[in-house]
Amino acid sequence: MSFFPKDNSEQTELVLYETYGRYVEQPIPAIEFRDVELAFDDQVILDKVSFSVRRGETKIVLGGSGTGKSTIINLILGLLKPDTGQVLVEGEDITGFDDVELMRIRENIGMVFQEGALFDSLSVYDNVAYRLHEENLDEDEVEHEVRRMLNFVGLEDAIDKMPSELSGGMRRRVGIARALVGNPGIVLFDEPTAGLDPPTARTMCELAIKLRDLEDVSSIFVTHEMNNLDYLSSEYATLDRKGEVHFELEGDKLCLINTEVMMLRNGKIIFSGKDEQLRANEDPYIQRFIRGK
Amino acid sequence: MNPVTKFLFELQEITNLLWRSIKGLRKSPRYFDEIVRQMDLIGIGSLAIVILTGFFTGGVIILQSYPTLEYYGAQSNAGQGVATGLIRELGPVLTALMVAGRVGSAISAELGSMVVSQQIDAMRALGTSPVRKLVTPRIIALLVTLPLLTIAGDMFGLIGGGVVAKQLHGLDLNIYISSVRTGTQISDLIAGMAKPVIFGVIIGLISCYKGLTTKGGTVGVGVSTTQAVVLSSIMVIIADFFLSKILQSVIGSTLF
Repeated sequence: MSFFPKDNSEQTELVLYETYGRYVEQPIPAIEFRDVELAFDDQVILDKVSFSVRRGETKIVLGGSGTGKSTIINLILGLLKPDTGQVLVEGEDITGFDDVELMRIRENIGMVFQEGALFDSLSVYDNVAYRLHEENLDEDEVEHEVRRMLNFVGLEDAIDKMPSELSGGMRRRVGIARALVGNPGIVLFDEPTAGLDPPTARTMCELAIKLRDLEDVSSIFVTHEMNNLDYLSSEYATLDRKGEVHFELEGDKLCLINTEVMMLRNGKIIFSGKDEQLRANEDPYIQRFIRGK
Repeated sequence: MNPVTKFLFELQEITNLLWRSIKGLRKSPRYFDEIVRQMDLIGIGSLAIVILTGFFTGGVIILQSYPTLEYYGAQSNAGQGVATGLIRELGPVLTALMVAGRVGSAISAELGSMVVSQQIDAMRALGTSPVRKLVTPRIIALLVTLPLLTIAGDMFGLIGGGVVAKQLHGLDLNIYISSVRTGTQISDLIAGMAKPVIFGVIIGLISCYKGLTTKGGTVGVGVSTTQAVVLSSIMVIIADFFLSKILQSVIGSTLF
């Protein structure tokens, strides 16, 4: 497969790929890694990693601790630079971008950190409104947006609380609300369910499913917990006539095409595909990871 | 990394941080509210300890020097001794050391905690430059408030000296005040105000750098806080020597 220049038409935003001798139009991936390598001193973190995330797709990144999962997210945000290879966000190669250009890219990316990473000195309202306050928007507009986002994560009652008054799950939900302000096209989740009780972890996954199916957001969901994979790859969200959200199982006849799984080991991708293919994979490491023994 | 390479690397990084914090002022947002908040925290917050330090330092200078002055019959010059010592050297240096201890540690601990809890990463992910939002306001606040705190320290030092001279040694206050006035040169005042400006930048830069480069979780916060205070204090004292020498050359006063 060879790569052709980006189509100049802004309306279509398409790239031509050569597939089996003929050209077909493919949309620009939301995120793309091309042979990315990164090492800290002698320790290789990522070794020729290549993958892409289509628009509206959720890529679940699995792997044990220290396999380079969070590094992928830091590379997309431009917090780290690869030693070699390219990182593309919405078709733009951000590898050589300076801070000013990266700020522009980050405006379209929402980031959910492992522990929420809320600003301790700011209230829930100010945390969620952070990006809007930076843009000096009218306060009425800010409040409307903050309430809308807190309502999305079910935490409108906590609007005046300080982060120290919130539980771990609430902090992460506020983190999601903050990441969603400005309606980013890409949302990155860095182990959002680590250390949470099962019902709260389920709530976090439901939020990710809602974003994927109802908001058409592209996302990377880094996790090492298999129940996250179960929820995200087997359920989808629908709206009923009253506007209420329902979660349905894909069942045996359907297969969600907007969710893929990628597994990392020692900085290399050892699996990429659907969850069913992952479960059927006979690699001993993958099987041990799935079964936990 | 050997110590020399490490020193040069840190010097380069601190210089780079200074340059980026200056560049942060060129474009909006400039975070004036944050600058004012930091001035309040640093300036008003440190006023009490600076006043106390100045008062008792002025007092102890008179306490120690008065018997010698009396031996030579030079009691009337007591105020000059306090004024010269405080305004030129002790005022700026002691104030800077107190601020390095109180504010430098707070800045380093605050930024270090933000690093380990990923708040700095979150800030960058939300499109804000941590240097512009956190470093520049703190350096400007220190640059403005340290000279003002030094003035307060000097004033209360002179008052402390006067109280001790009057109460313990029975020196007439008019003689003391007259001696302070005749003993204070304009060059003393210039030097006494120039030094805190530089000290403010040194404390702010080192504290912010150590905070932002915190590694190793909560233990790392403690380490970077200690390093910030120790390094700031040492650099203030070293810079004081070279500043005195430079000011001596520039102002041309033999009194330096």
